Amino acid sequence: MRGWEACLSSSGRRDLLLRLLAGSRSVNERKSRKYTTKMAAPGGEAQTTAHVGKRRKRPRRYWEQTSKKYNSGGKSSDGAKQKAKKRRGDRRKKRKGGLSGEVESEDPKLCEQTQETGKKDNSGEKSSDGPKQKAKRRRVDRRKKRKGNLTVKVVSEDTSKKDNDGEKSVDGTKDTADENATKRSDAKFISGKVDPFPGEAPIPEERLRKFQRGNKFVVPEEIRSKLKDTLAKSQEAADLAQTQAARYDLLLTEDAGFLEGDEGEDTCTISQDDIAEAVDITSGSKYFNLRLTQFGPYRLDYSRTGRHLLLAGRRGHVTCIEWQTKNLMCEMNVMETVKDIKWLHSEAMFAVAQKKWLYIYDSNGTELHCIKKFNDVLRMQFLPYHFLLATASATGFLQYLDVSVGKEVAAINTKLGRLDVMAQNPYNAVIHLGHPNGTVSLWSPNQKEPLVKMLCHRGGVRSLTVDRTGTYMVTSGLDRKLKVYDIRAFKPLNSYFLPAGASCLSLSQRGLLSASTGDIVQVYRDVWGSGPMTKPYMAHRVRGTVWGVGYCPFEDVLGVGHAEGFTSMIVPGAGEPNFDALDMNPYRSTKQRQEWEVKALLEKVQPELISLDPGLLGKVDKATFEQKHKERVETLGYDPLAVEKFKPRMRKRGRSAAGAVEKRKKKVAHEDQRDVIRKSVKERMEKEKEKKRKDSAKEQLGEKTALDRFKK
Amino acid sequence: MRILSLRALITSRGMKVKVLCRNPDDYVRETTRDIQRVPRNYDPTIHPFEVSREYTRALNATKLERIFAKPFVASLDGHRDGINCLAKHAKTLSVVLSGACDGEVKIWNLSKRECMRTIQAHEGFVRGICSRFCGSSFFTVGDDKTVKQWNMEPPGRGLQEEPLNTILGKAVYTGIDHHQTEGTFATCGQTVDIWDEQRSSPIRSFSWGVDSFSCVRYNPVETELLASCASDRSIILYDMRESAPLKKIIMQLRSNTLCWNPMEAYNFTCSNEDYNLYTYDMRRLDVPVTVHMDHVSAVLDVDYSPTGKEFVSASFDKTIRIFPKNSGHSREVYHTKRMQHVICVKWSADNKYILSGSDEMNIRLWKANASEKLGLLTPREKAALNYNQKLRDKFQHHPQVRRIARHRHLPRDLFKQKRELREMKEARRRKAQNVRKHSKPGSVPLVTEKEKHVVSVVE
Repeated sequence: MRGWEACLSSSGRRDLLLRLLAGSRSVNERKSRKYTTKMAAPGGEAQTTAHVGKRRKRPRRYWEQTSKKYNSGGKSSDGAKQKAKKRRGDRRKKRKGGLSGEVESEDPKLCEQTQETGKKDNSGEKSSDGPKQKAKRRRVDRRKKRKGNLTVKVVSEDTSKKDNDGEKSVDGTKDTADENATKRSDAKFISGKVDPFPGEAPIPEERLRKFQRGNKFVVPEEIRSKLKDTLAKSQEAADLAQTQAARYDLLLTEDAGFLEGDEGEDTCTISQDDIAEAVDITSGSKYFNLRLTQFGPYRLDYSRTGRHLLLAGRRGHVTCIEWQTKNLMCEMNVMETVKDIKWLHSEAMFAVAQKKWLYIYDSNGTELHCIKKFNDVLRMQFLPYHFLLATASATGFLQYLDVSVGKEVAAINTKLGRLDVMAQNPYNAVIHLGHPNGTVSLWSPNQKEPLVKMLCHRGGVRSLTVDRTGTYMVTSGLDRKLKVYDIRAFKPLNSYFLPAGASCLSLSQRGLLSASTGDIVQVYRDVWGSGPMTKPYMAHRVRGTVWGVGYCPFEDVLGVGHAEGFTSMIVPGAGEPNFDALDMNPYRSTKQRQEWEVKALLEKVQPELISLDPGLLGKVDKATFEQKHKERVETLGYDPLAVEKFKPRMRKRGRSAAGAVEKRKKKVAHEDQRDVIRKSVKERMEKEKEKKRKDSAKEQLGEKTALDRFKK
Repeated sequence: MRILSLRALITSRGMKVKVLCRNPDDYVRETTRDIQRVPRNYDPTIHPFEVSREYTRALNATKLERIFAKPFVASLDGHRDGINCLAKHAKTLSVVLSGACDGEVKIWNLSKRECMRTIQAHEGFVRGICSRFCGSSFFTVGDDKTVKQWNMEPPGRGLQEEPLNTILGKAVYTGIDHHQTEGTFATCGQTVDIWDEQRSSPIRSFSWGVDSFSCVRYNPVETELLASCASDRSIILYDMRESAPLKKIIMQLRSNTLCWNPMEAYNFTCSNEDYNLYTYDMRRLDVPVTVHMDHVSAVLDVDYSPTGKEFVSASFDKTIRIFPKNSGHSREVYHTKRMQHVICVKWSADNKYILSGSDEMNIRLWKANASEKLGLLTPREKAALNYNQKLRDKFQHHPQVRRIARHRHLPRDLFKQKRELREMKEARRRKAQNVRKHSKPGSVPLVTEKEKHVVSVVE
């Protein structure tokens, strides 16, 4: 099964090379061709679902094991490599043949046809929207036009390939650039034709917009030329960065998953077993159940890389699993009620909210800290870029623990009762709390009062979650409603009625919403889309009442903790397909993790910077003097610039009368008004002069007559 | 069967499904000798808090810059009296000449940080020293009223140090400078004299009712032009080809030395007794282009960096300061506990080092950029430094960053003096304001800081 996987992915690489070289084939066409040529029957042994308690011999690494399987045919790794090389060579030969053949036989009609099929394939995945389609068509047209060059390109490619027989790496932009350059120059040299599309290929507007930061700054005409230059230069640099980032999007290797039913079939009727059967075995093994009936119900947390899973049963069972390999890292019973569990910044440590206090354990299950300042914690959230663990307690306290230095950053008495509904906004690190009176309050550690308080439900709030762009918040309440809010404008977008109400909500990286009602987990798609959402995307019934749900980052997996244990569900299209290894790398080694940890600690964002707008620091502070002064007065408690009004003491007479003293103190009377008075006097004089002059002119003109009024 | 996209499967029921399934081989290096694979995704949504994180990085970069700011490189000791003048070798980076108050001249090798040669050149002070443009010989002038030319090469073993030429003058010479390309040089003393190397009497002699000069400098671009500082508070410009001086500015206090900007050679900066430095444009002498303030005592010497973007000044207040050429305040101040009044200062020709000669007989070698790492840098180091520099520039106006970047430690006395000067200045300003307020409008004109210090310009 691994072999099949590897084969596909290497074909994916080759495919990328093709895309870079020819740049003429549409995505779908490519895919289809590959499918027909490369589709191989998945083979290999089936994996049995492993129980956590059953401890297997631990492989050194998750991927080592699989690669061994892949190499099992070859005797040594060298042999395998040789084979791979040979295979690659074969493939290259084949491709060259195929490509040139295609070029010869290619006519616009055929191309159009393949395009059409491709479109159909995609139509289920995405709702067809006007501009996208248009852009696509435009792209296709462009490609068709460009096809004229293809023969030339292939020839040049051949020559360059002959020169260096070794295989080329494809995962660099530089290579593409080089090849482009050779292509261009060769094209001129061989056929003598002029490139009809000189310059760089244009980038679609949409993709550019994805990488746009802020609005473009319009340089006013009247500013100094030096400043103008600086602004122009910085704008240029920003544009370059934007286009390069947008161009890099082409090189992303993975595509998101999807699930489509047969015609007329709802995807929500497709069972997990069917999906697990349909997909390859590695993916199929991601659907599994852990029957843990003794200590449930369970809450769970995936680590930020998505490789590790924490399970905490309410009756004290705490386990830590590398869930893909089913490798148990630690298992223990803390012999206390466990309310919540959360990974800290890496998979080396996690926090457990126990009956009374907050505990921190390492991944071997060793107790590192018992933090008695944090008591009766019900829910926790970890803010990874701030290294803050936010806890909400039964006593109504919202507390922040800086886990990098071990200090309490803030303790806020919310005065809103028991806090058992909590979520974080990943966009701005603001904590959202849901309350029994139906309000949701937003908190930052810098303020004793909530940043925002919004009434969301008629009954109490049962659960809430925020999407990763920080735009939408989904809440569910005791009024059995599921509501979607735009939290930039604090406006409700959609409201749905669920017959049983949703107890647990979770949003995936790509915006799939999972809502659990009783023992059923439903997954919704396009929750904040324009059209009304009628049916769930997927549904699954687990064995017991659901207690916690969470998506695994970078995987199409939804973890469900319930009364009878834990269920890992496959939800195609949930996870972000392309991770950024400098941010979060699921395949990182220990060394890489350590390096990352140091870097992350160095750029730890201070808790003071948490606010509703995370980009505030990059904006110009336009606070006027009045505002600043007002703030100053507020902080000082008095107005430092206020001039006290003179209150005369009532004295009868003499030099030391209060008024006289004041007058003497002032030395020069109305000193501050002198300029104004002088000016006004001058103006008055001038006016009078003018008036006089006019009068005299009138007198000179003589008596007024009735006809004067017609004069201008 | 319909054709489907990559890794999507058709089941018997007819549904289509594709699940994320990565091949670890695509993400993990094959052998430990490989570099790690780092797939990137620049999507802004998976990089939250980019502004705050960048700000944190900028703050760290600024702090690191201050941590690594260790400008002092070496001290060259060996002189037996205060250093009075310094000169760079015209051709070799690592050679520096110094003249002391006891008439001794030493030639130093900077890379070895040792003295290569010692010459008892004069009786009394060595007043000026300069290297010939070809670097084969150098000239010294001293209190013994002589101009001596010396060979740069040391004499053979067992031979005495003898000057190539000695010119006996009538009065004490206080400064010397050599022409950029020709065999002529200029000295100053009671007059400014232009000499031909082959002759023992000056070919031209300028005086403009002045009793003595302290400094003369050739313009590095318009090589026939000269500027000199005179003790009657004036700065005089000359053309070597003419018989009379060109122009004269009279300032409120005396200028000690001046230096031409090597890149924009119409600008020169002079160090003044009134604690300031003034940059003038030769074409418009009535108002200085910039007044550079920060020293708390008389400024004794000034030298430009070879890029012409910055200059260094030495002061009687025992500090060296580095000014950007168009900034009113210094970007850097160097001092040590043991450094006394700094008499002379030079910026090395590779733009990396600063040399200072001070009263307590030491020549000190400083880095021009205090936090710079010396030696070869790997490309990654270079990239990191550039990135940090850019970050600092980007966030330089944020209060925290600015506070850290601007902070310099000053000796207590200096700190107090600075505060005192500021108070005095403020008091003067306030007084002028009051006078203006209580006078007839227009009778007390507003004089800017730049205009204040120039008395007159004489053509």
